[in-house]
Amino acid sequence: MSTLDKTPVKRDEILFEYLVRLADDRLILGQRLSEWSGHGPELEEDLALANIALDMIGHASGLYTYAAEIEGEGRDEDDLAYFRDDIDFKNFQMLEQPKGDLAYTIARQFLFSLYSYLLYMELKDADDEQFAGLASKHLKEIRYHLRHSREWVLRLGDGTEESHRRIQDAFDDIWMYTGELFEMDEVDKKAAEEGFGADLAKLRKPWKEHVDEVLDEATLTVPDDNQYMASGGRTGFHTEHLGHMLAQMQFLRRSYPDAEWT
Amino acid sequence: MDEQKKLDEFQRRIDNGEKIEPKDWMPDRYRKQLIRMMSQHAHSEVVGMLPEGNWIERAPSLKRKKVLLAKVQDEAGHGLYIYSAVETLGVTRRELVEEYIYGKAKYSSIFNYPTLTYADICAIGWLVDGAAIVNQTMLAKSSYGPYSRSMVRICKEESFHKKQGYEMLAKMANGTPEQKKMAQDAVNRWWWPTLMMFGPPDDESPNSAELIKWGVKSKTNDELRQSFVDRTVMEAKKIGIELPDPDLKYNKETGHWDYGEIPWDEFWEVIRGNGPMNRERIRARRKAYEEGAWVREAASEYARKKKLRDEKAS
Ligand SMILES: [Fe+2]
Ligand SMILES: [Fe+2]
Ligand SMILES: [Fe+2]
Repeated sequence: MSTLDKTPVKRDEILFEYLVRLADDRLILGQRLSEWSGHGPELEEDLALANIALDMIGHASGLYTYAAEIEGEGRDEDDLAYFRDDIDFKNFQMLEQPKGDLAYTIARQFLFSLYSYLLYMELKDADDEQFAGLASKHLKEIRYHLRHSREWVLRLGDGTEESHRRIQDAFDDIWMYTGELFEMDEVDKKAAEEGFGADLAKLRKPWKEHVDEVLDEATLTVPDDNQYMASGGRTGFHTEHLGHMLAQMQFLRRSYPDAEWT
Repeated sequence: MDEQKKLDEFQRRIDNGEKIEPKDWMPDRYRKQLIRMMSQHAHSEVVGMLPEGNWIERAPSLKRKKVLLAKVQDEAGHGLYIYSAVETLGVTRRELVEEYIYGKAKYSSIFNYPTLTYADICAIGWLVDGAAIVNQTMLAKSSYGPYSRSMVRICKEESFHKKQGYEMLAKMANGTPEQKKMAQDAVNRWWWPTLMMFGPPDDESPNSAELIKWGVKSKTNDELRQSFVDRTVMEAKKIGIELPDPDLKYNKETGHWDYGEIPWDEFWEVIRGNGPMNRERIRARRKAYEEGAWVREAASEYARKKKLRDEKAS
């Protein structure tokens, strides 16, 4: 939602907005993860990261398709992914940050997968059959992402001095982007009232407890929550990284809008 | 048994169509040739991820993005699978990898060409994976068990890659004027390098006779190339793509398609390291390898500590 958008009122409008937010998160993270393809530290990890990227984009595509259906204006998943600008994208700022080194990629993946896991545990019971179906289908894959990234947090945290330093730096860097994951704005509140949205503020506690537990086991220090927290992704307010990512992602599709690519 | 008897017995097994397994006796030269060939193949699967990975982020639809990501992921899997097969011959993945990123070991020259438009991705699927299938279908019958089995499994996925590439190229060839242009241009650029994938002509291929005698290969480079040309001509016609060879014509006597002179000078130049993307490919692989060093070290250090802890606990 750019600064000009109105808060949705009707159920379908709220659901549309809610689905697009989730889809944007996943598309943007999937796009970032796919940058590892062919450049990973080990073939096994190339495979694993490509696999998670593929899941993320798959989840996004399912959510966009359903959102477009709810909207009923003849748009499809690609219209939503390729023909909106950065001020219209609603993803969390955390997810658009450059991929960094493997430590950064893993720290982000762990924090976000854990968040997604807790969120989707709620969404699988959403009061909307199709949405709930998508959520429980995706949940299986999210479990794998969480396990994979958690194992790497342990390996890197409790590995060598260098890996410890790198992943600690990564968590320290990324921490300011964790605040907005739990913000409840008008859309979230209405979605919760309609019975298909989760109470995000409530997820914060179990999320933090699990993060504490894993980072502790990994001999890492949990960054201080009492610091500046970035915010705005859900309103279309982003860091400069997103525009460049979209320019690359959308250029071909937008250059030849009449061409068929599916 | 003396050496000659062992050798005769080995040859007898091969002539009988038996598979040679890792623990079986084999001539040193057989082992060496296999290591060279299989590791080249594995490197090619991995380097091949680069030209295609080049378009994942720009793929023109979510579906195409998923298809391409999955394909590149498959290629990583092929690399892994073939590396494991070579390791049965007593070498490690790590030393093999260092031989090509720092040394003189080769990978398929085809991946030293750039992917300029999205149509290149389709052309690669159709032509390059298509050529790989012709080659790998033969290798699936190879005398070395682990190699042969890895090829059977890989061929299934390559067929899928070829199908997806061909279908999308067909769509582009019948799409907007810009799409048509991209499609034809991609095929024009990839055609000759693809024909070179089968290796130098038979009279300049020093290893062929030996590999055939040992049942590693069953067809010569030129035979494989011809069978690829024959099947590709019809596929091109079907989707309205022209193959960039004015000399291409059907030979009634042989029942094959005759093709023009392959630019072999270019082939040797690329082998020598002077293809458009050689340096870039090696640079990218080296960078990944070196930047991954701390990750690999961390993983093995963590495993070491964990083992120690587990031992203490039990
Ligand atoms: Fe392959
Ligand atoms: Fe292959
Ligand atoms: Fe392939």
